[in-house]
Amino acid sequence: MSKTRPTNESDAVRIFDAETMQRALRRIAHEIIERNRDLSALVLVGIPARGVELARRIATDIEAIEKVNVATGVIDVSMHRDDIGTRAALPVVKVSQLPLPLDRRTVVIVDDVLFTGRTCRAAMDAISSFGRPACIQLAALVDRGHRELPIRPDFVGKNLPTARAERVRVRLENIDHEPDGVWLLKPEKNE
Amino acid sequence: MNSGTVHWTRKDLLGLRELSVEEINLVLETADAFKQVGTREVKKVPALQGKTLINLFIEPSTRTRTSFELAAKRLSADIVNISAAASSLTKGETLKDTARVLEANHADIIVLRHSSAGAPQFLASRIASSVINAGDGAHEHPTQGLLDLYTIREKKGTVAGLHVAIIGDILFSRVARSNIFALLKMGARVTLVGPSTLVPREFEQLGVAVSHNLEEVLPTVDVVNLLRIQHERQRKEYFPGLGEYIRLFGLTKARARLLRPDCLIMHPGPINRGVELDSELADGAQSVILDQVTNGLAVRMAVLYLCGGIATR
Repeated sequence: MSKTRPTNESDAVRIFDAETMQRALRRIAHEIIERNRDLSALVLVGIPARGVELARRIATDIEAIEKVNVATGVIDVSMHRDDIGTRAALPVVKVSQLPLPLDRRTVVIVDDVLFTGRTCRAAMDAISSFGRPACIQLAALVDRGHRELPIRPDFVGKNLPTARAERVRVRLENIDHEPDGVWLLKPEKNE
Repeated sequence: MNSGTVHWTRKDLLGLRELSVEEINLVLETADAFKQVGTREVKKVPALQGKTLINLFIEPSTRTRTSFELAAKRLSADIVNISAAASSLTKGETLKDTARVLEANHADIIVLRHSSAGAPQFLASRIASSVINAGDGAHEHPTQGLLDLYTIREKKGTVAGLHVAIIGDILFSRVARSNIFALLKMGARVTLVGPSTLVPREFEQLGVAVSHNLEEVLPTVDVVNLLRIQHERQRKEYFPGLGEYIRLFGLTKARARLLRPDCLIMHPGPINRGVELDSELADGAQSVILDQVTNGLAVRMAVLYLCGGIATR
């Protein structure tokens, strides 16, 4: 998830292009519908920045399939992280947006890449500070493994076995001003 | 909102003079997120869990100290308050030694209020802990400047292009200096108003206008920021008496009619009701004085998060 290097590196393997990503998101939308009978209680909560965009896209898909309105939200995780002070750069804190109260809601956390699970834990903590949802589920565009916490996704775009040193790069047109896509990047030789 | 590209790299906040516009915007946007924490069911986040903050107040203060204390608690930091009377400074220990002792006790952040300008700078360059200036002499009070800026931005949407009058005791005011630096950077126009003894023309060198005629200025401004007349710092020669001051520079109800209806009335507190500001105006519709207090908490959380979140060791 590096933000600086270009996407046309020779050793980058493409995992999703725009079309396959869209299909994966549509399948996630169907699975969410299947799992959750009461869609009015649903809220898709994205983790900034790409999770917010993915949540919006999945919500649009659900609305197109079921002809209902689906609530979306934003959950900031940066002030709930457990690695503040150990990273070179601080994450920029964003304002969270959730439909309150959460009591009877089913919250689906949406993120681009599921890796150690620590971001998801931070998101669950952050959500809990707003109230007590009936249920929390997790959707990720890519699950790359290497969990450090007992967390598993409910909805996955693609299971992608990776080596720890590899990186997964996600690009979304509305966020990155580049065509939609996901790439797996091999570690550089000098690393 | 392109602040995603701005990175905070300062362990200390000593003044607003040295901050860039991008850094100021980053603090304000971070404060937006922390302000929301105050509306949650659980008004506490673990951002600074395990960090220790020392409020080292060599000069008395209740509201700033309390605001920093609440901010630290909402960030889950551990906090110790030390006041001048209780510290070893009264036994002759130097400020540097006091701070090194605190650092040896693993203090991560020291919030310092001191009567000498430059004291926070002195400490910051000598210890690895973060140092936050909570007011140093007549130099700067950066978190007050930031919370004033935040409040103006919140109420007016933007700071750029606004005309702000800062009224009263400018000469002795660190609040005025931090406000001037911040407001000018953000594109506001600033006019200082007060008696010539308290608002000397030299201030024009900072890029602000100076006026000794309050009634001329009032109809032209979007914000009035009234500063407290600091009895405790003043000697007789600055102005003849409070009666005289009120007559010329107090914001009375009669004078307030000269203000635009949407002009904000601000005051850093504590207010001398009936001196620099009429009591009814302080509680009136144009007053945002209590918003300043609420926003101060959010701004201080943002500052502690940014400075304290930087790895210092």
